[in-house]
Amino acid sequence: MATSESKKKYKVIGTRPIRHDGVDKVTGRAKYGGDVNLTGMLHAAMLRSPHAHANIKSIDTSKAEIIPGVHAVVTHADMPDATDKVVNLGEGTVNLKHLGSNVLADKKVLYRGHAIAAVAADNIHIAREAAALIDVKYEVLPAVLDVLEAMQDDAPVLNADVRTEELPAGETSGDKPTNIAKHFQFELGDVEKGFAEASVIVEREFKTATVHQGYIEPHNATAHWNADGHITVWTSTQGSFSVRHQVAELVGVPLGFVKVIPMEIGGGFGGKISVYLQPVAALLSKKSGKPVKLIMDRTDVFEATGPTPGSYIKVKMGANSDGLITAAEAYLSYEAGGYPGSPIAPGCMCIFACYNIPNGKIDGYDVCVNKPRTNAYRAPGATNAAMAAETVIDELCEKLGMDPAEFRLKNACKEGTRRIDGPVFSRIGMEETVQAIQNSEHYKTELTGPNQGRGIASGFWFNCGLRSSVTATVNGDGCVALLEGSTDIGGSRAAIAMQLAETLGITAEEVIPTVGDTDSAGYTDVTGGSRVTYATGWAAYEAAKDIQRQMIAAAADQWEVDPADVSYDDGKIIGPNDQVLTFHEMAAQSVKTSQPIIGRGVSEHEEPGGAFATHAVDVEVDPDTGKVTVLRYTAAQDVGTAIHPSYVEGQIQGGAVQGIGWGLNEEYFYDDSGKMSNSSFLDYRIPTCLDLPMIDPILVEVPNPGHPYGVRGVGEVPIIPPPAALANAIYQATGIRMQQLPMSPPRLMHEILKKRAAENGGS
Amino acid sequence: MATKRIVTAIINGKEEQFLCQPRQTLLEALRDDLDMTGTKEGCSNGNCGACTVLIDGRPVDTCLVLAVEIDGTDIQTIEGLAPADGLDPIQNAFLEDAALQCGICTPGFIMSTKALLDRNPNPTEQEIRFELAGNLCRCTGYDKIVRAVQDAAKKRQEVTV
Repeated sequence: MATSESKKKYKVIGTRPIRHDGVDKVTGRAKYGGDVNLTGMLHAAMLRSPHAHANIKSIDTSKAEIIPGVHAVVTHADMPDATDKVVNLGEGTVNLKHLGSNVLADKKVLYRGHAIAAVAADNIHIAREAAALIDVKYEVLPAVLDVLEAMQDDAPVLNADVRTEELPAGETSGDKPTNIAKHFQFELGDVEKGFAEASVIVEREFKTATVHQGYIEPHNATAHWNADGHITVWTSTQGSFSVRHQVAELVGVPLGFVKVIPMEIGGGFGGKISVYLQPVAALLSKKSGKPVKLIMDRTDVFEATGPTPGSYIKVKMGANSDGLITAAEAYLSYEAGGYPGSPIAPGCMCIFACYNIPNGKIDGYDVCVNKPRTNAYRAPGATNAAMAAETVIDELCEKLGMDPAEFRLKNACKEGTRRIDGPVFSRIGMEETVQAIQNSEHYKTELTGPNQGRGIASGFWFNCGLRSSVTATVNGDGCVALLEGSTDIGGSRAAIAMQLAETLGITAEEVIPTVGDTDSAGYTDVTGGSRVTYATGWAAYEAAKDIQRQMIAAAADQWEVDPADVSYDDGKIIGPNDQVLTFHEMAAQSVKTSQPIIGRGVSEHEEPGGAFATHAVDVEVDPDTGKVTVLRYTAAQDVGTAIHPSYVEGQIQGGAVQGIGWGLNEEYFYDDSGKMSNSSFLDYRIPTCLDLPMIDPILVEVPNPGHPYGVRGVGEVPIIPPPAALANAIYQATGIRMQQLPMSPPRLMHEILKKRAAENGGS
Repeated sequence: MATKRIVTAIINGKEEQFLCQPRQTLLEALRDDLDMTGTKEGCSNGNCGACTVLIDGRPVDTCLVLAVEIDGTDIQTIEGLAPADGLDPIQNAFLEDAALQCGICTPGFIMSTKALLDRNPNPTEQEIRFELAGNLCRCTGYDKIVRAVQDAAKKRQEVTV
């Protein structure tokens, strides 16, 4: 699509080569975590809590241990005592004591599915049978599942060590245990004055359901604890260095004693950063002396990993008669799950980030409830927030009689706009995404039938920098072996290799990328925060520049000239007297002269701008069932520079569809005792291809001034606008403002019947 | 534990004999005993389609079939799809159309696509969406998968012509 700019400017960037790992993945040869098979390997099974909240009185493993074929049983007692130390795992921090208690419950279970013990045996069937024989005595406690109820003074308290931390100030308030782990407050200008200046004000409350990342590959880990104390872990993860850190801390060995071999990863979306199985497999291996493989089943994945928070959000916004936002206020409470750590901070930072708002106030709460410990899910925290803010904006537009795209354009943040939480934007493309929607064929085409509606919504997400390392070895034939530490979750190897190729003036196919293990690749933070193509791509650019420097030095030496007079351009080394050596000639020479060329590149940069998206959706609502059919979907996004446009489109399409699922169907159903009643893909209904039309992406390219090739992170922002865009479209189709997610058929039908009854009653 | 049984089946064109426990699924036998890990495990209860293979030409979730049930049948898995000198047109279409991201669902999608195109060489978009609704993908939003199936249909017709 709109990649003409990059195509003109670059030779490799903006083209669509076959991805380097592609053939392995269409032939079944690619090895994922579940495909690991080692000599003498044992299979392990977990025992998990049937209760949402209980004290563990005792655990008796004796019956399991005597089953023939059982080699080891572990519980929390086998873990070294974790301290309260807070460690940074690359994208966010975690309290090790909480992490350790989540991996294997310590004295208390905080959600149904909480891991309690694990058994390693000759095969999975024996392991499961033995795990079922472990006798656990519980003292069942009342469970609290609703985020607002959990904030009440009389609510059951999950963690005795949690006090409310006031942020960004950093003070801790209160001396009584509480479920409210964090309270964020951000303020800008004078909110009261802002609302006084408004001619229209809308205030609404929203609830969103707990949802899961829904990756198709279950969590897995295989570990071998060698007799010399060194541990090797084979696993599917978004961050091998993060797993190394977590495992080393939780099992109590030095960092360098843990080697993590990242296998291909079958989806993560934020949910495969935290460890669950890796330390347990290591402990089982230590006890049994054999490699141990542990894989979750789908129920475990739903009940004990992920999810992303359900939430309560209240938003109040005011605008003057010119259609300018004068003030905005938000209150957000996010479910943290069993332990603190919901993405409340980014929720607060993103909720109004698309707009220039002179007066704003945002309060956010991180609240423990008896659900699985929440984890990141694609733009964590922002989708819930956008559902609230972007539907309130639609209502403001209606009251003002303004076109929602015009309103967004008028209020769009731009270079220099200060977010309510502080940062000032550099050159960004919010306006351009709205214009792209306005100019789209979709937006210019009229709806065609009754019960149809159109909605638009925008979203913002950050672009993490963090740390990445790359090494690139030039072979004699001119191929470059690229070693990087970012696990490849959806084609990033190709995007990183293409930036190296562009810088060196060679083809994408001449770069052979490998995702290295933690002993081979340099330190690299997690695949998350929309950072890999941006940051590891930058490291690859730096590695290529290092190769350029080495080639320039070698050529200058050969030509007996000053290296400062030698330049590198489009795969050629050019001397001051028109001497020319090609990259390939230099590559061949370097082998002959025994001066191997190995480029090294690192990147650690501040987040420079971030990504914006505006989506438009047409829906048709069945007035007899409440079912919403998505008729047409267009997603415009500022992608900076599209390195591999096909995979940029893929990120947008995939993110949009996850957002559609979140908006229309997906939700955890719990009974009052905290038992999830839809822990399968049959009942937790992610979109199938039959539920969807084609998703039309519009790649808007406003190059990121903070990156050598103008790259912006593209992965996360597309999940943010869909629920709000759908809600706005449903309103146009039905006259009903949905304030709860998902907008599933029963929930929408309920509102349709209510409206119908009111209308009949009124007539 | 019950005695192991001998199962005889044609797997990717070759007659194979293997031992398995009666309680083992075909998925487990393929992956753990026959070392054919191209068939992926996503849910183990028949909802995601990642473990799809063809049994006598029909797409089947191997997590819902016991290994002993395939005695005497003809099985095609992802490992047997490509000719010795390259790739099947379906595999090429998935590659060229960027119809995969993480790739875990890809073998299942490719096998379901083969079953569809063997039966209906020129499906409409709606027929593709209907026939592939039993295969879940969480990465792509299906757009590029549906286009790859359309392209694969064209490629296969060119090959047969």
